[in-house]
Amino acid sequence: MTFKFNNVYVENTATVTNTYEANGPLKKYFDKKYDDLYCNEKTIEKAEVRMLKDSIQILLKKTNLTKDDIELVLSGDLNNQITSSTYASSWMNTPFLGLYNACATSMEGVIIGSCLIDGKKINNCISSTSSHNMTSEKQFRNPTEYGGPKPKTATFTSTGGASILLTNKKSDIKVESATIGRIVDFAQTDPNNMGAVMAPAAADTLITHLNDLNRTIDDYDLILTGDLGYFGKQILTDYLKEEYKIKLTTKNYNDCGVMLYDLENQTEVMAGGSGPVCSALVNYSYVYKLLKEKKLKRVLLITTGALFSPTSVFQKENILSIAHAVSLEAK
Amino acid sequence: MKNEKYEKIVNKYKANENRTLNAFMAFLIGGLIGVIGEGLIELFCYKFHISRSEASSYMMITLIFIASLCTALGFFDKLVNYARCGLLIPITGFAHSMTSAALDYRKEGLVTGIGANMFKLAGTVIIYGIVSAWFFGMIRLLIGE
Repeated sequence: MTFKFNNVYVENTATVTNTYEANGPLKKYFDKKYDDLYCNEKTIEKAEVRMLKDSIQILLKKTNLTKDDIELVLSGDLNNQITSSTYASSWMNTPFLGLYNACATSMEGVIIGSCLIDGKKINNCISSTSSHNMTSEKQFRNPTEYGGPKPKTATFTSTGGASILLTNKKSDIKVESATIGRIVDFAQTDPNNMGAVMAPAAADTLITHLNDLNRTIDDYDLILTGDLGYFGKQILTDYLKEEYKIKLTTKNYNDCGVMLYDLENQTEVMAGGSGPVCSALVNYSYVYKLLKEKKLKRVLLITTGALFSPTSVFQKENILSIAHAVSLEAK
Repeated sequence: MKNEKYEKIVNKYKANENRTLNAFMAFLIGGLIGVIGEGLIELFCYKFHISRSEASSYMMITLIFIASLCTALGFFDKLVNYARCGLLIPITGFAHSMTSAALDYRKEGLVTGIGANMFKLAGTVIIYGIVSAWFFGMIRLLIGE
């Protein structure tokens, strides 16, 4: 399912990060950095809320708007019942939609927001997302201080909050088209190899997007997948070549999970970043800046999410995945 | 069919885990913990003039205390990254699993947080320790001394 949009624009973005991301190669692009995983709060859950709230506040400041100017907030995260999103958005006192598509959440929000703006139901909206390494470790794996050994294919949940303001007022960056992905099941069961779980979803959404719009990958300056990581990136490249004869190269394709960290020196991140904020941090900072400076004309952002819970993994169910694609154009 | 083909690609990009090195590290560090334990028993026997079995209890308490302290100070998980099962299998790992869970859940209350979650990981060890002890006890009883 692919839509083309006529009057949806990106007004601005805001990113808030923590130590690991702030030591990565994209450090100079972020708006705010904390150097403490607790962000001066009492609990790690509150720290996540703080970062997400900060990102919304920075976004309002950058755009010279107040909370009353915003018509809708869309937000999602990884915590149980998406409480980070609700606590971080409650002060806004605006209509709110909670989202969950795991690490594909950021583009899910952008797509829904864009549809509402394009359909002239609203004039603007904020789409935001967050994740925190320790809250998701606690929820999906072992206690945070336990640190059980992980295989090299495991990814590292990124810490931060990121927000984007979409509007119908003309700006430098246009939300040009978007594809809503399907849930994909390729019988993967290893939660320590998320790249392998999510690569087929990324491929499916990319192929759908290209077919629906009758385009090729050459129509894009850059294609970015969400958080496949070092191994998932290679799997996707190989799979697209084998199955669809599409050739991704280092020039026209990259993965946000690989870009966010220095994989050689930051060995604790294993195969790279993951979590809903991982792709949002890269897209809303680095990619946004390149588009703004017109160094990129058109990019396709494919965020990828693994859909599972600790219970479903323990009950040996397959891990499902999904990917949503949004095409941004510099005007 | 489709899945098989995909599985082949996935297997092509599986990371090589260095099992030999991991096993060697675990053997070395785990052995080192054993040596330290033995040293502590000897020390306690010699210093406090107590029996070996009594001294071994004190040795365990000492190791548990040191491991828990390291967890609380926040660097045990970093050591585990290098030593892997060398630190997780001995009593140090058991202590670590309880302390780390207690630290994580302390903000959720004494009963609903620490009380309910402290044995999240260690509970398995206790349950299966008791069950296997029962089995071996039965075998010993049936076969005789």
